[in-house]
Amino acid sequence: MATKTSVPFNGTAAQEAKLREIIKAHQDDPGALMPVLQQAQEVYGYLPIEVQKIISDEMNIPLEKIYGVVTFYAQFSLYPKGKYNISVCLGTACYVKGSGDIYDKLQEILGIGDGECTADGKFSLEACRCIGACGLAPVLTVNEDVYGRLTTDKVKEVLAKYE
Amino acid sequence: MKSLQEIQQICETMHPELELRHEGSTEAKSKYEKHVLICGGTGCTSSGSMEIVDTLNKELVARGLEEKIQVVKTGCFGLCALGPIMIVYPEGTFYSRIKAKNIPQIVQEHLIGGTPVKELLYDETVTDEGIKSLNETSFYKKQHRVALRNCGVINPEDINEYIARDGYKAIAKVLNEMTPEDVIQCILDSGLRGRGGGGFPTGRKWQLARTIVPDADQKYVCCNADEGDPGAFMDRSVLEGDPHVVLEAMTIAGYAIGATQGYIYVRAEYPIAVERLKIAIQQAREYGTLGKNIFGSEFSFDIDLRLGAGAFVCGEETALMTSIEGNRGEPRPRPPFPAEKGLYQKPTILNNVETYANVPQIILNGAEWFASMGTEKSKGTKVFALGGKIKNTGLVEVPMGTTLREVIEEIGGGIPNGKKFKAAQTGGPSGGCISAENYDVPIDYDNLIAIGSMMGSGGLIVMDEDNCMVDIAKFFLEFTVDESCGKCTPCRIGTKRMYEMLDKITKGQAELADLDKLEELCYYVKANSLCGLGQTAPNPVLSTLKNFRNEYEAHVLAKKCPAGVCKDLLQFTILPEKCVGCGLCAKNCPVHAISQGDYTAPGKKRAAFVIDASKCIKCGVCMSNCRPNAISRG
Amino acid sequence: MADINVKINGIPVTVPKGTTVLEAAHKAGIDIPTFCYMKEINEIGACRICMVEINEGRGFRLVASCVYPLAFEGTEILTNSPKVMDSRRKTLELILSTHEKKCLSCVRSGNCELQTLCNEMGIDHEEVYEGEKHVYEIDNSAVHMYRDNNKCILCRRCVAVCSKWQGVGVIGANERGFKTFIGSAFEMGLGETSCVSCGQCIAVCPVGALSEKDYTDTVFQAIADPTKHVIVQTAPAVRAALGEEFGYPIGTNVEGKMVAALRRLGFDDVFDTDWGADLTIMEEATEFIDRFKNGGKLPMMTSCSPGWVKYCEHYFPDLVDHLSSCKSPHQMLGAMAKTYYAEKIGKDPKDIIVVSVMPCTAKKFECQREDQNAAGVPDVDYVLTTRELARMIRRAGLKFTALPDEDFDNPLGISSGAGDIFGVTGGVMEAALRTAYCWLTGKDEVVEFKEIRGTDGIKRSEIDIDGTKIRVAVASGLKNAGELLTRVQNGEEKVDFIEIMACPGGCVNGGGQPQQPASVRNFEDLRVLRAKALYDEDAGKELRLSHMNPDIKKLYEEYLHTAGGHKSHKTLHTSYVKRSIN
Repeated sequence: MATKTSVPFNGTAAQEAKLREIIKAHQDDPGALMPVLQQAQEVYGYLPIEVQKIISDEMNIPLEKIYGVVTFYAQFSLYPKGKYNISVCLGTACYVKGSGDIYDKLQEILGIGDGECTADGKFSLEACRCIGACGLAPVLTVNEDVYGRLTTDKVKEVLAKYE
Repeated sequence: MKSLQEIQQICETMHPELELRHEGSTEAKSKYEKHVLICGGTGCTSSGSMEIVDTLNKELVARGLEEKIQVVKTGCFGLCALGPIMIVYPEGTFYSRIKAKNIPQIVQEHLIGGTPVKELLYDETVTDEGIKSLNETSFYKKQHRVALRNCGVINPEDINEYIARDGYKAIAKVLNEMTPEDVIQCILDSGLRGRGGGGFPTGRKWQLARTIVPDADQKYVCCNADEGDPGAFMDRSVLEGDPHVVLEAMTIAGYAIGATQGYIYVRAEYPIAVERLKIAIQQAREYGTLGKNIFGSEFSFDIDLRLGAGAFVCGEETALMTSIEGNRGEPRPRPPFPAEKGLYQKPTILNNVETYANVPQIILNGAEWFASMGTEKSKGTKVFALGGKIKNTGLVEVPMGTTLREVIEEIGGGIPNGKKFKAAQTGGPSGGCISAENYDVPIDYDNLIAIGSMMGSGGLIVMDEDNCMVDIAKFFLEFTVDESCGKCTPCRIGTKRMYEMLDKITKGQAELADLDKLEELCYYVKANSLCGLGQTAPNPVLSTLKNFRNEYEAHVLAKKCPAGVCKDLLQFTILPEKCVGCGLCAKNCPVHAISQGDYTAPGKKRAAFVIDASKCIKCGVCMSNCRPNAISRG
Repeated sequence: MADINVKINGIPVTVPKGTTVLEAAHKAGIDIPTFCYMKEINEIGACRICMVEINEGRGFRLVASCVYPLAFEGTEILTNSPKVMDSRRKTLELILSTHEKKCLSCVRSGNCELQTLCNEMGIDHEEVYEGEKHVYEIDNSAVHMYRDNNKCILCRRCVAVCSKWQGVGVIGANERGFKTFIGSAFEMGLGETSCVSCGQCIAVCPVGALSEKDYTDTVFQAIADPTKHVIVQTAPAVRAALGEEFGYPIGTNVEGKMVAALRRLGFDDVFDTDWGADLTIMEEATEFIDRFKNGGKLPMMTSCSPGWVKYCEHYFPDLVDHLSSCKSPHQMLGAMAKTYYAEKIGKDPKDIIVVSVMPCTAKKFECQREDQNAAGVPDVDYVLTTRELARMIRRAGLKFTALPDEDFDNPLGISSGAGDIFGVTGGVMEAALRTAYCWLTGKDEVVEFKEIRGTDGIKRSEIDIDGTKIRVAVASGLKNAGELLTRVQNGEEKVDFIEIMACPGGCVNGGGQPQQPASVRNFEDLRVLRAKALYDEDAGKELRLSHMNPDIKKLYEEYLHTAGGHKSHKTLHTSYVKRSIN
């Protein structure tokens, strides 16, 4: 059976050094795995097998256990994200105000599904739970930028800012 | 490190300064003429409040006013729908939805000239009798702020402002005057119950953790800040607006149960809250309100942050602890309860943010003060996150026992666009939908359960006639299926099958017998699931089945969605007597399902268009493009 | 703890406070079904099949009996009320809605815990709940087994044994919610991981999701091939457990009937791996005394358990030099069958097929290793588990219980009691020490080493043989082995000789042994019951020292000449490799 990672791994020596530093900083902490994975994802942007193997070897935790943890939590990603990661809030407040339609519209325009990345690596799309901006519902974020009070017509305008 | 005396000194010096933000206070004595408070919570930040802070600061410097006017970045004021929000004290004028380009005008006319810029004020505050202050608006008037008392008032990144508002006074009192047993008794007497969902008496939890394992070498105090209910954000607001109150309360809890280490498990999706907590912990360590020998006592306590990674189930106490330990966040069977074997198998208490936010006030004002608010079995106040079809979306804190009608109509400003109230959803995916007949039931833990919902963490989503209750139930089930940890059979497979049945109903493929089968499965999942997530997952279905059964039956028998939401049951029809034959609908139809027919209605010049139902994908584009409103949906 | 009185279905029962409902019910003669529960290692309360009604004074509610401790005097429990039955039935119906339900072609048909319970509960419809069902590819990447997740019920017993008994942890739960499945990291096949092939996961699987690669058809074909001389040999632990497949009580030694059955299946020779065990002792005791006296690598570690050997290669590659170079007993027998015995009967080794019946799945891996081919062809051609042998017997229509008792064939069939106890943790060490004792003292007397018997995970002893002190340690279950080796590696423990068996309790509890359902496993100690059969056989024998086995003596006289000599090294010893962790 093939392994899941299909994007070639481009980790640098500097990233690896940083990762080893992170692991070392947590070495006396019994619950270190989660923070280590979170910080590793900050360093690499995702958690491919190469990164999980280093963590497994250094922390003496079976690779499968790490993989089990990574695939349990929505925030961890096995795939790299696009240059612009679009996250559509499907929390209750946004949903009742039509964020589902906005999400559909984005899939249609970008031609990608949930958790996927466009072929040019530019946009990735995901649905998220409430980001707490319910007053602005429906809401989406592009990286750190928040767009609220959206309608399906406004979706193209938002995307145009990143062309 | 600061001594108790130094802390008291800070309080005395800073208190009059902060009183400027208290309209009509006689104690106010500030070195500034005005304080301008700008909301730095997630809602307002998302709508650009940081740009306003920058612009204002630059404008003040440019005009040499920085010594006269203090700009304060606060936490959430609660009225997120009106963000970005700016309040000018001492008068308390309330600017809403302001933009950076408005700043020069406000500075010129209001801050320098003394005349508020009326057209930028929140419209309700502009009356014939003059300009009302923030606290006189209907949104704030009926609120009673205990947990949120500092939110929107202080700069959350400045420990001194917290101290000025009696911060760290409660822990000082506890360490100097109270035994751990006194503290627990005080919390017990106050009647405080867990604000995170189940409503377990907080004092009882602490008492168990103190006594059940007498010789425990280590105990833990945990804070559940993994607020996962979609639509609830009160915990985030407290963390963003008043992080020190959580630290102080956890320290008090640590003293009460005999723990020296605390963990705050906070959602990583709350970057502002995480940042402010980090700053607060840092400051508290510097001041010595966290760390070794707090205020020179024997008691030591420290707190570390742990970030969630996107799993709703981690709001369940045992799952949260399993997660902190570095595992998949799967719940463990109880008993043993965390008070006996919690984090790392040691006695542990877990309370949520809002619960903790009440604790210092209870210690300072006494159990009786707290118990004087609320209903017989639900004391104090509750924060609700108002959302959905309501004018004033945002955070409100009201005494327990306030009715839904008061919250929605008076504080929330009612339902927009003249629509009718249909249901209020409380408790998120664990709660249920309350129908109009219970509009006047006083909201407390027990009443909500009696009417088929639950308090949950306090999300309150209002729905009007355009919301389909089957669709809402399906929405919550989709959430639960997504967030189920997959450990136990009833939740892993049962919720999935429930979702699929609901899906069938919304597609018009179900029969009447399926409703009974669904209901039976709901009761099974409720009674057999391992943890609270599964045990409460059926509530959205059961409550809608009970309160809106006719709507389910319409889907099943007539194959209609009365609210016009369920796409598969919709039919778009062009009314020939209204159609002008312009063809805009046909032009915009993505699947070319519309063409011009043969029939021309009397008085019309052109033949009406018709929709081919077999091709229609029910996207509604035709309807939104039809100028004479000739297209009906039903 | 103090006793409390409770009522189960109205019947009073007295149990210590803290007893689980499941245990209390068992005491009262009531079996509550369980899937996920395994005492101490999988108390997760996940499958919910064991739900019962309980009233602790505040009304009846459903709880998971396997993990619910009784705490209050007067507690009432109902284990078969309509509510409980309804709960159990719905749980089964939900499980069935994701299950493949191909019972007719399933290897576990007839001893599947899910199938049995569905039958008991009167499930009369398999598709009560329709809906999405995952379709998984079968993982056949490992040499010894399959994983078919289409049959998995996510009880996680396999996960628990892999990590908590074996300390390997190459399988676990991945993804979450409805998407949860058991697998390895990054969807690697088991064969790509550092799985040690112990098969404990198969032994505890309640359904047909895990099974050994079945060679019964291949072996039937070999037997039917007139050009082949087909030899079968059986490991000591097989005779202690095979009877369970035919209704005998656990721990019944069915050696005689097993031999009769094998002969009736058509094998040309029926030999005893115990003979190979005696031969192993000759080589291994020699090797140990040599290393001990001449400054060789110590501690020396036994090499009979291929799961353990593979574990050592993956997890302690720096210690492979400490492994005895001796092949395992069945490989030694295979090697002798294709050299010494082949010459005797005048057959080309290529025309000899050696089939080993083992309590073990790792042997399937071992027989395919390099450097296990004394005659230029593999020493052993096929390894069958105890379960596969039972299948062959059933398929051939042999009425096992009605078979006579028969003896093994010669000359590779006589064995000592020391060889018999190879199937139990501590047995290899005891057999080696018995011989070493005789050789070092010059006295041929049988000394028993009882301090290294029993089911403790790690056992230690210091043996004084006429002033020569030998420090020995015995571990079974690889988690225990890992703990012991880490201590040895860190210098925290000084030992001369270590016996390790991969499976907890040794081969009697091997991954290839008959599968006992949870209702038995949770209340009986298979390790103890099966071990007793072998210790009893040893105690009842005249011949209890490996080096006194007349056929072994003859082998050295006629063929090998000296233990540890040149010919031995060519045929009976092997080498190891270093592997990585995946």
